[in-house]
Amino acid sequence: MSTTAADIIVDTTPQEKESFNAQLQAFVGLEIGEPVLAPDEVNAAMIRHLVETVGDDNPIYTNTELAATSIHGGIVAPPTMLQAWVMMSFKGPKLTGESPYEKMNQLLFSRGFTSVLGTNSEQTYERYLRPGDQLTMRTVIDSISNEKSTGLGTGHFVGTRQDYYDANKQLVGSMLFRIFRFKPAAKAPISKPRPARPRPATTHDNQWWFEALNEGVLYAQGCGQCSQVRFPTGPMCPSCHSLKWTKVEMPLSGSIHSFVVAHYPQVPSFDYPLPILLVDLDPVDAPGGDKIRMVMNSADTDLESLVIGARVRIDIRSTDPDMKLPFAIVETSSSNGASA
Amino acid sequence: MTTLPATREFTSVQIADELPELQIPLTRTLIVATAIATRDYQVVHHDPTVAAERGSQDIIMNILTSNAFVGRFVTDWIGPNCFIRSVKVRLGAPNYPGDTMIISGSVTEKNEQTKTVTIAVKGSNSMGDHMNATVEVVLP
Repeated sequence: MSTTAADIIVDTTPQEKESFNAQLQAFVGLEIGEPVLAPDEVNAAMIRHLVETVGDDNPIYTNTELAATSIHGGIVAPPTMLQAWVMMSFKGPKLTGESPYEKMNQLLFSRGFTSVLGTNSEQTYERYLRPGDQLTMRTVIDSISNEKSTGLGTGHFVGTRQDYYDANKQLVGSMLFRIFRFKPAAKAPISKPRPARPRPATTHDNQWWFEALNEGVLYAQGCGQCSQVRFPTGPMCPSCHSLKWTKVEMPLSGSIHSFVVAHYPQVPSFDYPLPILLVDLDPVDAPGGDKIRMVMNSADTDLESLVIGARVRIDIRSTDPDMKLPFAIVETSSSNGASA
Repeated sequence: MTTLPATREFTSVQIADELPELQIPLTRTLIVATAIATRDYQVVHHDPTVAAERGSQDIIMNILTSNAFVGRFVTDWIGPNCFIRSVKVRLGAPNYPGDTMIISGSVTEKNEQTKTVTIAVKGSNSMGDHMNATVEVVLP
């Protein structure tokens, strides 16, 4: 049986909730189905397999001679192994859809309580089991709680009581087993603080440029000798080789010369897909003042509006408390006239 | 082993006696082997892919094995000539592969009439308490 979200019944009125609870409570006290006959007698091989894996060296479980000298008078099974003798076969349970337990589960599933978690196992032993014991288990639905909310979600605690009998119908042990049948709570998105953007690699030659951005000004560099405008910043004019330089304030507008959109690899400081633009800045009145291009990210821009030649305005924004960078915002018809 | 190890007697056990800590490295092999040894073929105890699909970060140790470790922990200390009357376990954080479960415990009650001692057992892993158990044992 599969239950999709669309099939889930939601009880909203107090009457509906009460009716659902009454249907649930009607299962309390019912035997879940036919008694289960253990497929194997209690036997030395299965005992040994378990005590070997859990590293239990108690000789009463595996050493015939020493066990004979103990108060148990011979090999016994670890009492905590009670449940293992009646575990369902590899093929899984025989489902008929008719047993009270299946019907109870169907009722719980119909409200979306599909997840399960074991919460309590309480075993009491009347006597230790010996090789040759043939067990039968009867299970009764012991309790069903009202709807409870936990950290996992909301649901109902369902307690079953298993009674284990030997071939002479004598009770040898019991178990109260409680599970939580629940509707998983929607997982809150994991909120990790986003790491800061990688810091720019600043040098003696470019630090002033980043500092100016923090003041809200976008500069290129001008030659102090021949006035040639250049970018990126550097110590020497590529045109006349002068070491003298000036700051040339650039207009906060331009057009897209080219762009790429990065999808992968993803660095946690950025949102993806991540457009990276090469922007032709609008000209300034100086030699080379019409050839200044800068790399920057876009902001407030759909991927569809990224077109070579598109007009952009440049906004200098804080990316971190201590850093501002230029961002290109594509001027679309709807954003024309909108002020920053 | 040629003779039966000694068993603690009721008169020699006192309230607040602490049991020696037991460290269980939770290997993937242990979790799978103990699940199969308890005939528990539920996929969450051996198939990490399906466990992940069901919202678990990995396979988890089954409850029958936690019970078996409680039994071992108690009789490791008491010895073989005792009768475990009950083991009541409340389950918490799952035991995932790669973690370590540390089992600790102490005597909390003594019943003179029935010669029964009650031992509180805790199994903890890196996420917190995997289980809190109460064990009643009848001593000679």
